[in-house]
Amino acid sequence: MTFWSDPINFVAQWLRDVFTGWGWNPGLANAITLLLGALVLILFAMLLDIFLVWVERKVVARFQDRLGPNRIGPFGIFQPFADIVKLIIKEDITPAGADKLVYNLAPILSLTSVLLLWAILPLAATIYGTDLNVALLYLVAAGSLGTLSIIMAGWSSNNKYALLGAFRMVAAMVSYEIPMVVALLIPTIITGSMSVKEITLAQGDGGVWFFIAAPLATVIFLISAIAELGRSPFDLNEAESEIVAGFHIEYTGMKFGLFYAGELLHAFTFGGFLAILFFGGYRFFGLENLHPFVGAIIFLVKALIGYWVIMWVKYTVPRIRIDHMLGFNWKFLTPLSLVVLMVTAVLNQVLAGTETWVYALVMFLANVVIGWLTLEALRAYSRSQRKAEEPAVESVAQAAQH
Amino acid sequence: MTAIQIIFILSALVILGAAVMVVSTRNLVHAALYLVATLFGVAVLYAILDATFLTVVQVVVYIGAIAILFIFAIMLTRREMRDQGEQLNKGWGAAALIGLLTFGGLFMLLNNWRGVNATAAALPSGFDGVVELGTALVSTDAFVLPFEVASVLLLAALIGAVYVAGTKK
Repeated sequence: MTFWSDPINFVAQWLRDVFTGWGWNPGLANAITLLLGALVLILFAMLLDIFLVWVERKVVARFQDRLGPNRIGPFGIFQPFADIVKLIIKEDITPAGADKLVYNLAPILSLTSVLLLWAILPLAATIYGTDLNVALLYLVAAGSLGTLSIIMAGWSSNNKYALLGAFRMVAAMVSYEIPMVVALLIPTIITGSMSVKEITLAQGDGGVWFFIAAPLATVIFLISAIAELGRSPFDLNEAESEIVAGFHIEYTGMKFGLFYAGELLHAFTFGGFLAILFFGGYRFFGLENLHPFVGAIIFLVKALIGYWVIMWVKYTVPRIRIDHMLGFNWKFLTPLSLVVLMVTAVLNQVLAGTETWVYALVMFLANVVIGWLTLEALRAYSRSQRKAEEPAVESVAQAAQH
Repeated sequence: MTAIQIIFILSALVILGAAVMVVSTRNLVHAALYLVATLFGVAVLYAILDATFLTVVQVVVYIGAIAILFIFAIMLTRREMRDQGEQLNKGWGAAALIGLLTFGGLFMLLNNWRGVNATAAALPSGFDGVVELGTALVSTDAFVLPFEVASVLLLAALIGAVYVAGTKK
């Protein structure tokens, strides 16, 4: 291991040696090194977050046929710093009757639940926080902490709109967790492991990117990730036109900033997970073997593309009604994901030991068949719905003639 | 004192302190949030014991589902979040006595057990707890019967809930 081939681990090892050189015991030296590593990772994520504010504002502007921030710096790239200054010098208001401790804890917990996810993101083959063998469940667990933070924010604000927003958000998150977990199980079945590192490796040599073998799971994961993020079309928790801003209505200054930054970073992180689970993570046809940083750049680009798709959906699709949202989940997404899971599990056993291209092709065709049957079933259902409505329309027309 | 012991003592203090607050605070939502802290502390204990799967499931199930359900139930059923009633009932003396006796018994038991001071052996390399657990749950000479019985029970509960909630036509 030299500095050039693996800089991060080289520096970590060097730090360990320095600390033990000072006469510290190896356990403590290791713990301090890991702590510093975690700090660097969080710092990187937060710096990226500042950049994401600019990306989000610029992209939404383009979707809405505007220019977006363009005054401070080239292409307005320093706009986020002006935003930060504004947020910091705003008055910090705690509403009357608010539960102070819970009110102040909620934004911190919200951002923490996102930063926790960075512990398991493999940026490159040798750059990752930790390789958990239950990484995908860890993703769900961090999401449930996010849910908790939102309900805390909504309740402690002492505001009816905030509480309504929190209720809606929790209803969405708890129900969309189910298709998400099922979609996460599909890469697990194909790989045979819940570790994101193993999943990335399985999509490399002698494997295909999983969006070929599991296209439906990719779409289901994307939809449930958007719902988990609470972004449009599932942004009922904010719904400016109905409940003003939902759970963060009462937050001002940097406390609001934490929610906002958390949301952007969360969206980017889910773009990253989409890349890892279904689009090969840091791998790009051997290019990642050049240098760990090349792998990291490939990963970040893929994550940005995933993030861009999430933004694309957000600024194109209007908000849907809450009963439609829950019906879509329970009556469509959950059964579909369970069918896909069962078919994948059975085919995975049947196809064990076959060539990769046979495996990928059969899996893909199975997904196409399931998708086609689903569309046919939906068409038949909507046709029967229209049939049921037609007589009513005719009788109205006859009544009008008389 | 090793790092593990320090983490254990800290999380034990958090668990016990939060558990006392669960039953002593008058604000019901605070009680639920202290319960979350207690459950999170237990998850930390599982993490110390290298039981990664249990750690994560503890957070997903207890914090992500059960605690959220508690908070929902409190918010939807109670108008006043403060409990005004007596915090102790008549049986508190007997309860304290039984609690003390149980604690004393456990203390004696663990004090006489040699394993209490031993450090855990390191896991063999390549040991994957999730794989072991998964295999044990479906192999016939381990837990396949309890696993299936629990599945059937949950399915029955699910169907029962749908039937009770469904509108009759």
